[in-house]
Amino acid sequence: MGFFSKIKEGLKKTKEAIAYKLNKLFTGGVLTDDFYDELEEILITSDIGAETTDTVMDRLKGEIDKNHVRDTATVRTLLKKILVELLEENEQPTYEYPLVIMLSGVNGVGKTTAIGKLAKKFKKAGKSVTIAAADTFRAAAADQLTVWAERANVRIIKHTEGADPAAVVFDAAQSVKSKNGDVLLVDTAGRLHNKKNLMEELKKISRVVERELPDAMVMNYIVLDATTGQNAISQVEIFNEAIDIDGIVLTKLDGTAKGGVVLAIAGELGVPVVYVGVGEGIDDLEDFNAEEFVNGIMDEQ
Amino acid sequence: MGLFSSLAEKLGNVFSKITSRGKLTEGDIKQAMREIRIALLEADVNYAVVKDFVSKVSEKAVGEAVLKSLTPGQQVVKIVNDELVELMGSTNSKLEVSSKPPTVILMCGLQGAGKTTFCGKLGGYLLKQGKKPMFAACDVYRPAAINQLQVVGKKVNIPVFEQGAGNPVKIAANAVEEAKKLGYDTVIVDTAGRLHINEQLMTELKEIKQKTAPTEILLTVDAMTGQDAVNVAKTFNDELDITGVILTKLDGDTRGGAALSIRSVTGKPIKFCGTGEKPTDIEPFYPDRMASRILGMGDVLTLIEKAQNAVSEEEMKKLEKRMRENKFTLEDFLTQFKSLAKMGDINDVVAMIPGMNRANVDSRAIDERINKYKSIILSMTPQERNHPEIIKSSRRKRIAAGSGTTVQEVNALLKQYDQTREMMRAANSGKLPQMQQKIVRQKRRFR
Ligand SMILES: Nc1nc2c(ncn2[C@@H]2O[C@H](COP(=O)(O)OP(=O)(O)OP(=O)(O)O)[C@@H](O)[C@H]2O)c(=O)[nH]1
Ligand SMILES: Nc1nc2c(ncn2[C@@H]2O[C@H](COP(=O)(O)OP(=O)(O)OP(=O)(O)O)[C@@H](O)[C@H]2O)c(=O)[nH]1
Ligand SMILES: [Mg+2]
Ligand SMILES: [Mg+2]
Repeated sequence: MGFFSKIKEGLKKTKEAIAYKLNKLFTGGVLTDDFYDELEEILITSDIGAETTDTVMDRLKGEIDKNHVRDTATVRTLLKKILVELLEENEQPTYEYPLVIMLSGVNGVGKTTAIGKLAKKFKKAGKSVTIAAADTFRAAAADQLTVWAERANVRIIKHTEGADPAAVVFDAAQSVKSKNGDVLLVDTAGRLHNKKNLMEELKKISRVVERELPDAMVMNYIVLDATTGQNAISQVEIFNEAIDIDGIVLTKLDGTAKGGVVLAIAGELGVPVVYVGVGEGIDDLEDFNAEEFVNGIMDEQ
Repeated sequence: MGLFSSLAEKLGNVFSKITSRGKLTEGDIKQAMREIRIALLEADVNYAVVKDFVSKVSEKAVGEAVLKSLTPGQQVVKIVNDELVELMGSTNSKLEVSSKPPTVILMCGLQGAGKTTFCGKLGGYLLKQGKKPMFAACDVYRPAAINQLQVVGKKVNIPVFEQGAGNPVKIAANAVEEAKKLGYDTVIVDTAGRLHINEQLMTELKEIKQKTAPTEILLTVDAMTGQDAVNVAKTFNDELDITGVILTKLDGDTRGGAALSIRSVTGKPIKFCGTGEKPTDIEPFYPDRMASRILGMGDVLTLIEKAQNAVSEEEMKKLEKRMRENKFTLEDFLTQFKSLAKMGDINDVVAMIPGMNRANVDSRAIDERINKYKSIILSMTPQERNHPEIIKSSRRKRIAAGSGTTVQEVNALLKQYDQTREMMRAANSGKLPQMQQKIVRQKRRFR
């Protein structure tokens, strides 16, 4: 099942669905204050944030005035366009091999699961894939990742619990070099961005990657949980300060949360969303598509 | 900065905008409510919850008492805070115990919220209270979920009942039987993370509930959750009639507005907070701390309270009147100085003001100075105290000798008094706000 249909399925299941409200809103009617209030509600309840909502609404009203729009259907098209443009301002990466993808982020967002899904994706594309289990901290983290490596049928490099994560990455890099591997996927421990020592540890892991695989293309992705609210902004901001974030993996979009905060992030930090997670299965990872994402937020059922 | 300017600063601005003006109008309150609305939304309080909250607060705020009050801005902030604290419930980390052991505690929530980790925390907590808990491994879906619970169990010395990837409902029921047999008085059931819209898995939880009759059903929620918290909490509560909420990952820098959303839609108490990854990182829930956190006001409220305690309404009125009449004397000056001292360590006071950093002031030196001022003023005649302009050189010498200080110190006191009076005159003519703001801006620049 595709991402879009999954989203639609999710929407169907909840009466609170934004799509339902929008549908009600956009089928006829005039541009009243109530109409704008409801639009604003739709944006805010998608976690876009009060300030970004204001910016978007201002831009929308500007367009409405400029184009003398009178009907709600056209407003809808305009709003969609504004949101899509916001997201598409940031270019999607094109991969070169050897490739290293390191996933980091706060606790429990879905890093390990996304590593499993990515492994399968690259394996399917015919690449030789290695996973580095650089979360040596969380209880049974390596066991969890091992299950994913088995499911994707790829190699995994791991040490014992409590080992130095940078050492795991070092070993993995040597292994990739000696075997001429294409893709190295690095799973890291969940860490809150306000913990200085853990952010330092992440920098160290990142330095080892750069040093040991100087010819590889390195992509640092932050994993964000779509359920997260405005805190995602400071997550990206601070991870970006530490290791230069190249992209976002947005997980758990199969729930009722809309992940609208990435619109604020896209506008302010210029980091593209690259993948979306839409379930717990190994194939539940899709390339990000701005139009589908915005449709998922706004379309009628 | 725009998007990323901190709430503390924003509310600090609202606060100083209102307070510096003195009297409030209804329009002012509207403006303040708008700012508070944005602040709450940016703190992730749900849209609908914010709407209700703001209308309730603004009703109270336009009341006579506030408009007539001497410090209306502070009153508004206080009303907002009090209302928040009240909505947030009480500190209530008591767990119910079943009259027929074992007591079953069922953990539930979305994926990755922190259920398994919290099992360890709760187990350790109960162990310390002399209980004999056991874990039941009912997450049969997540890779290595059972291993994880076992590692957690080992850390806190609590056994794990597991039956591999069997049927979670049966495993839970069997765990309870096992606990009875082996004499464990509490069974903590770890379940798989699930979406509230996954009917099949929600049914599974209902069946576990039916089979094990849990005394506590604890919904675990990530404190970073955004607007969707209401949907999640409402559905879990509707389906399972939860008994309480656990708020995890509060060691982050999230405002945690989800706490308010969840309280409003479920009415269930928040029982514990998770403040780290270690088994010992468990804390009771403090509504007042949560309220300030959501408002992003740090300790502004403590500051307001301290100020209110330090200066009585009576004293305030008197001071204000004298200021207006330009009759601010040395005696009043001393009163004012003393009330500042009553507010506590000056460094703490400064640190509580949003946008200001801890000042590097030696508070002992300040105490000393206040004592000196006191004795200097006490050495003056009543006429001198009420008309300081008559204190010329010979009087200064006499006062210094009488108070055991130096002429320089007497001069310093008189100078400071003059400056204070100048500031008060400016305040009366409405020039003070700019002055204050300038000081605040400068402070920020030097951070
Ligand atoms: N519904 C849904 N669940 C997901 C998705 N991605 C991950 N999960 C679930 O979220 C939970 C946490 O996932 P993990 O991959 O362990 O998260 P993590 O970021 O590695 O966690 P830590 O390493 O503990 O910080 C698991 O129960 C996953 O099955 C998704 O896209 N949708
Ligand atoms: N910083 C911090 N991390 C926490 C806290 N509670 C849990 N975690 C971390 O959050 C991640 C997820 O925790 P789990 O206990 O695996 O979450 P779960 O709800 O059992 O996840 P699923 O079983 O996959 O649904 C782990 O990395 C934990 O270490 C907390 O209070 N603070
Ligand atoms: Mg992980
Ligand atoms: Mg778990």
